[in-house]
Amino acid sequence: MRLGRLTPGAVRKWGFIASFLAAPLAIYIIFFVSPNLQALQLALTNSRGISPDFQYVGLDNFTRLFGDEVFWAAVRHHGLILLVMPLVTIVIALFFSFLLNLGGGQKNGQLRGVWGSSFYKVVFFFPQVLAVVIVGVLFQAVLNPQRSGILNSVLSWFGVDPVGWLIKPDLALWTIIGVMVWQGVGFYVVLFSAGMAGVPKEIFEAAALDGANRFTLFFKITLPLVWNTVQVGWVYLGIAAFDAFALVQVLSIDRGGPDNATTVLPLEIFRQTFTYYRFGYASAMGVALVFLVLTFAALTLRVTRRERIEY
Amino acid sequence: MTTTPRDITRRQLLARVGLTALVAGPFLSACATGGGGSEAAAPSAPAPSAGGASASANNPFNVKADAPLEVIIFKGGYSDEYATQSHEPLYKKAFPGATIKHQGIQTIGQTLTPRFAGGDVPDVVNNSGTDNLDGGALINAGQLLDLTPLFEAPSVDDPSKKVKDVIVPGTIESGLGGDPAKPYTLNYVYTAYGLWYDAKLFEKEGWTPPKTFDEFKTFAEAAKAKNIVPFGYAGKNASYYAYWMILISAAKIGGNKVLLDIDNLADNAWNNDAVKQAAAAWAEIGKYMDPAYEGLIHTEVQTQQNQGKIAFYPSGSWLEAEQAKDTPEGFEYGMVPTPSVTTADQMPYEAIRAAAAEGFVVPSKAKNAAGGLEYLRQMLSKQGARDFTEKTKSLTVVIGATEGLTLSPGLTSVAAAQTAAGTNVVTFSSFEGWYKELETELRKQTNALMFGRISAEEFATKMQAAADKTKADESIIKQTRNV
Repeated sequence: MRLGRLTPGAVRKWGFIASFLAAPLAIYIIFFVSPNLQALQLALTNSRGISPDFQYVGLDNFTRLFGDEVFWAAVRHHGLILLVMPLVTIVIALFFSFLLNLGGGQKNGQLRGVWGSSFYKVVFFFPQVLAVVIVGVLFQAVLNPQRSGILNSVLSWFGVDPVGWLIKPDLALWTIIGVMVWQGVGFYVVLFSAGMAGVPKEIFEAAALDGANRFTLFFKITLPLVWNTVQVGWVYLGIAAFDAFALVQVLSIDRGGPDNATTVLPLEIFRQTFTYYRFGYASAMGVALVFLVLTFAALTLRVTRRERIEY
Repeated sequence: MTTTPRDITRRQLLARVGLTALVAGPFLSACATGGGGSEAAAPSAPAPSAGGASASANNPFNVKADAPLEVIIFKGGYSDEYATQSHEPLYKKAFPGATIKHQGIQTIGQTLTPRFAGGDVPDVVNNSGTDNLDGGALINAGQLLDLTPLFEAPSVDDPSKKVKDVIVPGTIESGLGGDPAKPYTLNYVYTAYGLWYDAKLFEKEGWTPPKTFDEFKTFAEAAKAKNIVPFGYAGKNASYYAYWMILISAAKIGGNKVLLDIDNLADNAWNNDAVKQAAAAWAEIGKYMDPAYEGLIHTEVQTQQNQGKIAFYPSGSWLEAEQAKDTPEGFEYGMVPTPSVTTADQMPYEAIRAAAAEGFVVPSKAKNAAGGLEYLRQMLSKQGARDFTEKTKSLTVVIGATEGLTLSPGLTSVAAAQTAAGTNVVTFSSFEGWYKELETELRKQTNALMFGRISAEEFATKMQAAADKTKADESIIKQTRNV
């Protein structure tokens, strides 16, 4: 292609492409790139957000981050969520989608899902349809610490005393992770199902004819073939692990408590912004969060990179 | 917002070569970090004392009769009917040509912060609720109007008396802020804080509210025997109700100076023995609570009290009105002071924490700031105050505004407690508004103390550390008070 030669034909062609790209790019830049750049700029100021006057303070806000124990508590929590939540969600989702698509044995030489699988697919997707805040409000009732709470009243049938799911500092974050998994699994069941549907049936049938049991079928055939989809899911879930704002805000005690046990960065950013009016410092936290997410995404894509299987 | 001709030509140029995205440049300047405040309107400060030609007892602030007025009310426990059905009509009566734009919302801070940043502010703001605006930050940014002219203006009902003479003493002081301190906030509601109980239940069981913590513990055992939790509060979102009680007890033990020291970030203010004794006394009572309360919100715990499961609940005089819908027949709210901790307490048992609360401010850059002041003056009329008490079942700071009103049982007990307390008034705590970081820490540590995770000693140590941190932080602007 002869780039750089502005013949009328080239102008028409590139103008055509640009006219399609312009709107999405403009929206992306105005609503994503520009706020991020502004956050970077604000992070270098002592802005309180309620007056147009502020001073540049260099890297003061970032130095402050290092001595902020609440910030580090939040980072540790993201670390734990990142280790546990994507793994558990993906394992459960893979298990379910395998059962729904291939786990029901053979009929007429064809592999099929367990009985009623099309019904389960819809049911699993329900949590994804609900807004996160609604999930939070639902779980307020489920996790209510009194004997009348839904989960605790079920447990009381077995003689278990009411559990303070969100009250015990050692338990609270695990409870939140549990809710995140519950909410996430459905979407990934559908995603992995789609991935499995994309694999030619003959491969599974051939393996089945060769006498592969379900275990081998899953680990030796299915998983390698949907690896790309799993990888995408992993990145999505990893990014979700850096959020958790709405659930913690709605469910946790005293917004991030007890004793900072459940706090996450978006919540601290919210608090720094709307409770303490430290827009500059909050932006510094935001910048730190962006770097954490980007580092995670880059690392994941690198580590999980492998040859694509053609079929 | 500043689209210069140069930008426009550049946009045309870029559009032609298909690089429209770069045109985002001018958009960027319209956002938070752009601009540099060039478009912020100059404060239209009214000059009441100057006495312009048209200033009169009826219109001391020279309000332009047809200037529109925008009022923002926190739609919480008091709802906003008192504004739409009383205060705003009163203003309209004084200025029939004015149109009033009313908004009743709950997220005052999130809604108004961008408007303050942009310079387009309302004329009156009822700054209240969990998500309220940081008054101290607004004052430091010069965003609030000094209300001195309001308090010096003639009152609505009797032009020979100034506004400051028809309101409860201490009201103006409660709204001081900035350095030098000026009254920026009108605290409108007279609030008393104490322990709330069901007078009918106590009558039935033959109990009397305890006057000392020893009696409190005896009572706690008696209540426990009846399967009633002696004391409870909601840890999930209302731990400050509990820290009020601790602070009240600390002041009763060591005098109001303990609380002034805390506000002024005096060295070792939290390590004061009075604070430790108060924390220890309340932690003892905390042991009787159901651990589940830490995971409940205030309305859930309040409803449990209405159901007769909890004897005492710490709160302020808004409680009765807030629970009006859920209060069953035969439940009669009453309020008593917190029990004395030691026999050597500086203040008697009868002392109560009473303060003017529910702040109203006028932004300094408001388009109709004079109208804002006039609106506040109308609120402080007897009619405005009486209507407020009728609609919200809460007392205002306006003296003698309840004449002719029949008060509810709870409000009657508040009035009785006020009379009994006389001048023994536990002061309010300004640090709650001044130093939000410290306040957040106090909420956290109060739950830890009351639900048995830390001792009173650790509570004092941790709070002292947080106070020292606040004191050492140069980015936090310090304030002090003497009264």
